[in-house]
Amino acid sequence: MTVLELKNISKVFYSKTQQTVAVSNMSFDVNEGEFVAIIGPSGCGKTTILSLIAGLIAPTEGEIVTQHANAIGYMLQRDQLFEWRTIEKNVCLGLEIKHKLNAQTKEYADELLKKYGLWEFRKRYPQELSGGMRQRAALIRTLATEPDLLLLDEPFSALDFQTRLEVCDDVYSIIRKESKTALLVTHDISEALSLADRVIVLTARPATVLTVHSPGLNGIETPLKRRESPDFSAQFELLHRYLHGEKNEK
Amino acid sequence: MKSNFTPEHLKYLRKQKRRTVFVHISQIGVLVALLCLWELAAQLQWIDSFITSSPSRIWNTLAELVQNGTLWHHVWVSTWETVVGFAIGTTLGYCVAVILWWNDFLRRVFEPYVVVLNSLPKIALGPIIIIWAGTGKASIITMAVLISVVITTITILNGFTETSNEKQLLLRSMGANKFQIFTKLVAPSNVPTLMATLKINVGMAWIGSIMGEYLVSKEGLGYLLIYGSQVFRLDLVMTCTIVLCLLAGVMYALVAFLEKIAVKKFDI
Repeated sequence: MTVLELKNISKVFYSKTQQTVAVSNMSFDVNEGEFVAIIGPSGCGKTTILSLIAGLIAPTEGEIVTQHANAIGYMLQRDQLFEWRTIEKNVCLGLEIKHKLNAQTKEYADELLKKYGLWEFRKRYPQELSGGMRQRAALIRTLATEPDLLLLDEPFSALDFQTRLEVCDDVYSIIRKESKTALLVTHDISEALSLADRVIVLTARPATVLTVHSPGLNGIETPLKRRESPDFSAQFELLHRYLHGEKNEK
Repeated sequence: MKSNFTPEHLKYLRKQKRRTVFVHISQIGVLVALLCLWELAAQLQWIDSFITSSPSRIWNTLAELVQNGTLWHHVWVSTWETVVGFAIGTTLGYCVAVILWWNDFLRRVFEPYVVVLNSLPKIALGPIIIIWAGTGKASIITMAVLISVVITTITILNGFTETSNEKQLLLRSMGANKFQIFTKLVAPSNVPTLMATLKINVGMAWIGSIMGEYLVSKEGLGYLLIYGSQVFRLDLVMTCTIVLCLLAGVMYALVAFLEKIAVKKFDI
């Protein structure tokens, strides 16, 4: 089943002096239970695509079809936890906003906290937690509203390399356990390869789909093990050529 | 906790504590030394205590004012005016900031007016205030409000507009409306800004009420100051100044205490 479908999406930004075509005639879809990564040269409008899908901005042309309105969970760069709220209250933020906080949803949030090792820390404040735990809390906050589709905007970019690998494994396994559909944007080829079933490669601005690549690493269960697999570097080079070749043409 | 500390650590802590105590002692020492020097200079007639007054004369004046009950009356009047002006000015300024944050069009329209009002010396409005609000307490409170309201709006609005864009984006992606963005994010994340504004406003409100009393009043510490200078009783002027120092200090300490509690809860 298709959870998300983009049909010929274009987005133009206007300013006093110029107009910028950020996205041009972009089409792709995401199936249920799939982990899709979007990579592209930096500044090519990856975040714009997520904002369009999240409904924060409207496309200039084209249509975005989602299964259920409002069933999207957006995870931004850095965890964006509110420092004045306890972990428990942070996790329930989305439910509060949607006026869906009741005994049943609270129980689900508690369950997630227990399952993913933050139950003991539920009364703590974010500054008392490590970077990895904070990221996990942010993920639980996103999952608590039971979204059909997770949008991940370079969620690991603020972490140092060692932590990033751990958190990446962590987030991946949680998303898989909860059998969620996820769409990740990143400029990091290895991150995309280690996480995704399918990688969408974008061109430089105005962004459009250059190619869709299936790394075929699906059989390997964790991102870390994927990184260690012998196929990994060949796949990396392939994707790198796509991105790099694109730059050379310019 | 302390039992876990190494002897070196305890030594370090003792040293730090000694330094703090030393600072406090020095602070008191400076005050005592100044008072002694002042008194000595007056007693030995190096200075004319009719013009400079002296600690003993101030003490006597203070005792006299306390005995005949006038001090409490004047202190009460000024404090009341200041607290009311402080409360109205801060609340009004905060509300204006909320409105201007809420509506971008209004913010753009009123920005230059706010800037001009901020740089205007409010004392220049004195004559207008007297004519409009009369020569009573209303004028004095108006002055205290005018002095604190504009700076409150500017500081708070600045805090509001600097609220993290990413966090606003997060809330919007959850489907939050403007009211929710305000109550869940903008207001709580700006509690430290509000506290800093309260601290500024303690000073502002006192300036306003004393200036107001200079202009119109028949009672209050500002009145007593003007009266003292007109009849050339410098003892009275000095006494009032010191009482004012103490009052402003106490009010500031109260706000600082409130800030400590609030920032602990809302610090970002």
